[in-house]
Amino acid sequence: MSLLLVGIYVFVLAVFVGFEIITKIPPTLHTPLMSGANAVSGITIVGALLCIRSADPDVANILGFLAITMAMINVVGGFLVTDRMLAMFKKKGK
Amino acid sequence: MVALAYLLSSVLFIMGLKNLTRVSTARRGNMMSSSAMLIAVLATLVDAGKVDYTWIIAGVVVGGLIGAIMAIKVQMTSMPEMVAIFNGFGGGASVLVALSYLWDKGFIGDDSQTLNAIIHTDISITLALSIVIGSITLTGSIVAFGKLKGLVSGQPILFPGNQILNILLALAMVAFSIGVVNFAQGPAEIEQYALILTAIASVLGILLVTPIGGADMPVVISLLNSYSGLAAAATGFVLSNNLLIIAGALVGASGLILTKIMCKAMNRSLANVLFGGFGQEAVGGAAKTGDQYPNVKSCQPDECAMIMEAAREVIIVPGYGLAVAQAQHVTRELGDLLAKNGATVRYAIHPVAGRMPGHMNVLLAESNVPHEQLCDLESINDDFRNADLVLILGANDVINPAAEKEPGSPIYGMPILKAYEAKTVVVVKRSLSAGFAAIPNDLFNYDNTLMLFGDAKKMITEVVQEFKDLL
Repeated sequence: MSLLLVGIYVFVLAVFVGFEIITKIPPTLHTPLMSGANAVSGITIVGALLCIRSADPDVANILGFLAITMAMINVVGGFLVTDRMLAMFKKKGK
Repeated sequence: MVALAYLLSSVLFIMGLKNLTRVSTARRGNMMSSSAMLIAVLATLVDAGKVDYTWIIAGVVVGGLIGAIMAIKVQMTSMPEMVAIFNGFGGGASVLVALSYLWDKGFIGDDSQTLNAIIHTDISITLALSIVIGSITLTGSIVAFGKLKGLVSGQPILFPGNQILNILLALAMVAFSIGVVNFAQGPAEIEQYALILTAIASVLGILLVTPIGGADMPVVISLLNSYSGLAAAATGFVLSNNLLIIAGALVGASGLILTKIMCKAMNRSLANVLFGGFGQEAVGGAAKTGDQYPNVKSCQPDECAMIMEAAREVIIVPGYGLAVAQAQHVTRELGDLLAKNGATVRYAIHPVAGRMPGHMNVLLAESNVPHEQLCDLESINDDFRNADLVLILGANDVINPAAEKEPGSPIYGMPILKAYEAKTVVVVKRSLSAGFAAIPNDLFNYDNTLMLFGDAKKMITEVVQEFKDLL
């Protein structure tokens, strides 16, 4: 089985898992869900890390640096702001 | 080894989402997702071995700082803008990774080779896909951000030939995708084609969002959220990395579900939102305001406070106007007073209230409204008929009875909060002007409706004062 085909299998199955879980998330949590999803889509950082090969300021490395920066904004910003929001929900939960 | 770490990371992402299904576990879920990300990053770095870390550290520090500052400083009312621009960064990162990969691999081949010959066909195709989805997400999100922030007009901008131009651009995009994969020969030409492809997709991203009106932004942000996930998944295909594919698919599914929910809540198809230019179509008779409302009764804060004192069942309907007026805190104060007076207080939140899914809930949570008091459309709609008082703060179209009673109305069929069934309805509003849908609201004419004209924050503050004097 080609790598592409494996990838498609994984993709389709993950979409189904996502649908099953996410439809159960209550509307109250939809904004944190979105900002959390932002953070998760920052997973591109893994790809960005692989772009960097050396310290040379060549095109590939600079593009990689920019990619890491953008992905990092998503990851750090997304998780932090989600936590901030969820903390507000939490404190009078009890 | 790194594959196992990625597996662990994927499992944590899924469990993190699962914990997000309940308010009590949501914060733990977010922690799980963030540790999943940390594991993924560390595993990748360990696996990459001894490369030079200069650029990596620079990117991590710069990006991390910007992200942290944004997350700490952002006002809850501005969450939609923040999510919009983050969607864009997600897309942007995908394009950059794809281009960086291309620049890296492109140089391996000689001048007569196509990209297809240099790297595997699967990879070259997904590479083009990654560039396309990423670019559209990036520029589309920037426009959405501008609209939400008020930098770009919230009105739909549609010029003659807009749709035709979009179709031509889409065709050019397909042509250059095939070109970069199969026809461009040698590094220089491949790079050139890739840049042109990026440019076309970027322009298309702008033109796809400019015609969409401000009221439809919740749909657009949700959709772009989905795209940012798909862009990550596409990058995963390029790098044959299952973790990226899984995480991207989860985000893609999440955005798609939210898009569907938003569309359903507005009773419109996605195609209609994307291509409709809603709010443009001339609505018959919307211009004359005076004689549309022959039966309006207004009231003063003191009368309003008296009604409140007598009310046992109170439902508050907040809309975006409440957020604009920054009235969420004083509203909570009013809610507390009502509760102290023995009334049951609940908040009815329409799915499209605010500027993004769940926005109202976050704003009210920020001002310490217990989340048990926040009810969604389905769970509270049958209770309006038992309510003594419904207080409408900055909401308009979502309580417009025309959606149920006038088959000719543009919003006919949209699920609304049945506020009109309550014994008394008090609408706090600056004037009788129409909402986003630009149609009159017959509720203001109803015998059980009282208008309290003025700024939401100012009016509620006065009502609170009067109410305190009564107690």
